[in-house]
Amino acid sequence: MRYLPLTEADRRSMLEAIGVPSVDELFRDVPEAARLSGPIEGLSNHMGELEVDRALSAMAGKNLPAGSVPSFLGAGAYRHHIPATVDHLVQRGEFLTAYTPYQPEVSQGTLQVLFEFQTQVSLLTGMDVANASMYDGATACAEAVMMANRVTRRKKAVLSGGLHPHYRDTTTTDARFIGFETVVMPPAPTGGEDLLAEVDGDTSCVVVQNPDVFGHVRDYTELGKACQAKGALLIVVVTEAVSLGLLTPPGEMGADIVAAEGQSLGNALNFGGPYVGLFAVKEKLVRQMPGRLCGQTVDADGRRGFVLTLSTREQHIRREKATSNICTNSGLCALAFSIHLSLLGEEGFTRLAEINHAKAVQLADKLAAVKGVEIVNGSFFNEFTVKLPKPAADVVEALARRGVLGGVPASRLFGGGLDDLLIVAATETNTESDMDAFATALAEVL
Amino acid sequence: MSMNNQGRPTGIQSADSAVPETVTGNRGLQIEEPLIFEQDSAGRCGVDLPEVPAVASRLGAVKPRGRIGLPGLAEPQVVRHYTRLSQKNYAIDSGLYPLGSCTMKHNPRLNEKMARLPGFADVHPLQPESTVQGALELMSELGRWLATLTGMAAVTLAPAAGAHGEMCGIMAIRSAHDAKGDKGRTKILVPESAHGTNPATAAACGYAVEAIPATEDGRVDLEALKAKLGPDVAGLMLTNPNTCGLFERDIITIAEAVHAAGAYFYCDGANFNAIVGRVRPADLGIDVMHINLHKTFSTPHGGGGPGSGPVVFAESLAPYVPVPYVVQDKDGAFRLVEQAGDGPAFGRMKAFHGQMGMFVRALAYMMSHGADGLRQVANDAVLNANYLLARLQDVMTPSFEGPCMHECLFDDRFLKGTGVTTLDIAKALIDEGFHPMTMYFPLVVHGALLIEPTETESKASLDQFVTALRALAERAKSGDVAYFQGAPRLTPRRRLDETAAARKPVLRWSPVVEQEKVAAE
Repeated sequence: MRYLPLTEADRRSMLEAIGVPSVDELFRDVPEAARLSGPIEGLSNHMGELEVDRALSAMAGKNLPAGSVPSFLGAGAYRHHIPATVDHLVQRGEFLTAYTPYQPEVSQGTLQVLFEFQTQVSLLTGMDVANASMYDGATACAEAVMMANRVTRRKKAVLSGGLHPHYRDTTTTDARFIGFETVVMPPAPTGGEDLLAEVDGDTSCVVVQNPDVFGHVRDYTELGKACQAKGALLIVVVTEAVSLGLLTPPGEMGADIVAAEGQSLGNALNFGGPYVGLFAVKEKLVRQMPGRLCGQTVDADGRRGFVLTLSTREQHIRREKATSNICTNSGLCALAFSIHLSLLGEEGFTRLAEINHAKAVQLADKLAAVKGVEIVNGSFFNEFTVKLPKPAADVVEALARRGVLGGVPASRLFGGGLDDLLIVAATETNTESDMDAFATALAEVL
Repeated sequence: MSMNNQGRPTGIQSADSAVPETVTGNRGLQIEEPLIFEQDSAGRCGVDLPEVPAVASRLGAVKPRGRIGLPGLAEPQVVRHYTRLSQKNYAIDSGLYPLGSCTMKHNPRLNEKMARLPGFADVHPLQPESTVQGALELMSELGRWLATLTGMAAVTLAPAAGAHGEMCGIMAIRSAHDAKGDKGRTKILVPESAHGTNPATAAACGYAVEAIPATEDGRVDLEALKAKLGPDVAGLMLTNPNTCGLFERDIITIAEAVHAAGAYFYCDGANFNAIVGRVRPADLGIDVMHINLHKTFSTPHGGGGPGSGPVVFAESLAPYVPVPYVVQDKDGAFRLVEQAGDGPAFGRMKAFHGQMGMFVRALAYMMSHGADGLRQVANDAVLNANYLLARLQDVMTPSFEGPCMHECLFDDRFLKGTGVTTLDIAKALIDEGFHPMTMYFPLVVHGALLIEPTETESKASLDQFVTALRALAERAKSGDVAYFQGAPRLTPRRRLDETAAARKPVLRWSPVVEQEKVAAE
């Protein structure tokens, strides 16, 4: 077997050194009733690289890659162009096959990447400090709420109806089992919502998303001030990191915590994962933060170096008193995010955001010209909602048959209701002819 | 001295081997690399983007954002930056990485290639189901492998990592008790040797954590466990093989006692790699177990993630599997159940459907090994660990009698009176070209050194490690404390001041910090 270096001769001599006649003897502590005498039935035996490649390629061939057709799906996962450099660097074995940097002398590469990543996330979000990443945006959102509960010693979170339903559900799952209350506002695809009316003396936080799941761009500055007056924290969720190149950063709107999805930078769609959660806070909240943190220090010779720090918050030290049970971050996805952002730089990132917005404006104009289609949004970044005369779920199936991936039906996200709403995104990857193909196909199926 | 006909020396001239102070601070292949922010040049960019189409803004009434502060670099600079940084890392690709309980085994590149097929990597999670049948088939197939290997009835692929899987398992246990109207169960029992995530998970889910002591032979104290079991106990979280690298001999009796008390048995499957293909956890009486795909099934650790922590459930807990999950219709089509509805299944734990990229890698690994090869994986992992135990037991102090499973545990009794600590041994190993073993874990022995070689190490590699470790043990006993305390000396950085880092945390670069530093100097 190509992954196993021991030869039969090695095995024999090693058993001899151990002083046992067979490897079975090493498993003697396993209760006899549970010992299997041979390979487990119902599974194939070993295969060569070619055979595995063939079998998995056949499975992959049954999917329609988003890049092979005009594609306009967003709703928390966005198809952007990833420079070739990103994936090549990510695949360097020294990054790919290293563990969590617990031995800093031989992990300065990963640690410096994390320090730079934390800085980049702080800058993008306009916050003071960021951690070394979370599983994804949705879990970052749930962790942000739990952090707000710890900070305020209150137990009620108000969730905007514009929050991505997967983020909402991830948070309410935790609420049910971990024991806190959530006030979930109904989706408001066309209008605003009075979040402040729900804030009382028990409210730990208000969670809003910008742009929201329907694509609306909002200024939460006043809400932030009002929350502060009532002793609640403002949590701003961002599912499209590229929007931070153009929109007022959450930190400038008075966010106390930012929970975001970083997939848009450096990470492929991957059918939903792995992605990279971004988590940033105001300076004074650092010690209540979940997840890993990398900090700067000096070595025995006085040279600058980096270590994991403030680990007294974490489970491997604090056990049942930890701020979170999280052990892993999303290291390699954070690396991809960081490399992509380094390539873009200030100029590239800003322009990328501008292009995304312009593409969405172009698409909105083309779709608005289709009979029966109404653009719901007054404002948007690279994603907006359209109202259709037919159920959106049927429309996307019909579009798919015509070779267009035409957006995400709101009903799929919300589990029913909002049947006539379709959420549509455009990025730099969409050409004008893609948009025309979409508009034409849409006109045909309506 | 020999020269070629151009006058270029071809022999070796000098025997002076002292390491010089260089002008640049670089040392040959070890190159100093500033932060990316310190290489900024305004207006420089590593991508070429087209002109922005001229449109009227629809951003609404938000303030346009000002300068972000991102550095500008060209592509070659970015490539060099990350290449140089990568060279400051130790990795499984570079050498033996015997971190106990972490399972640093070879990461096959076929898995990377498969995960990057456009049919997997370039598929949006919310595409119509008719366009993602292959992705759903892959999830279904991975679930079938996991259920078959563990003998379990149901599986969820949703959790993003092992600790997330633990959370999922404990939520299922809570759901089951709740469904029975049994609200009096407030405790989870966790052995002292457990990973820190176990008590953290139980506590996060609102349970009081009670520790179970270990016996002299490194296993759960069965009598102490039985004494704690009662109508207030929701479940037991046990790692098997445990973190001392030992199989819990009494596990079936433990399961029976847990079930007799009306509680559920959660197994932390972090060490499943020791028994995969040889033992099915269902046959041990386990109700629910998470599996770290990045351990047993070799998806890369990536410097700390992403992980993936599927959870398998016995019949007892199968109704509580969270959404989303894949089902197959009678006509063979795959469907994704995304809403929990009113059934006993609980709601989602993350966005979308799980760590698909990790699923592809894990299935490629499973198919490569097959049922026969996975059994050999367990055999060789256990053989390698026992070989290390046998070769080191006379110079180091094993904590428990063997055989061990996939990892062998030593404590620091062999260092007693030498002035050398477990940490010092670890740092000296670095200079010998090895990644250290896990240090000071598990907590049940003093100064723990937990060594997990994995099945992908050759005998030659193990022998070299043994030679190094034996020499270090002898050196420690000879009283050469200064050697150890100064180690490592050959790394890009020597020991780092963790106390200073925590006292005044500097968690990001900022121009202000740099200015202060200059002012202080």
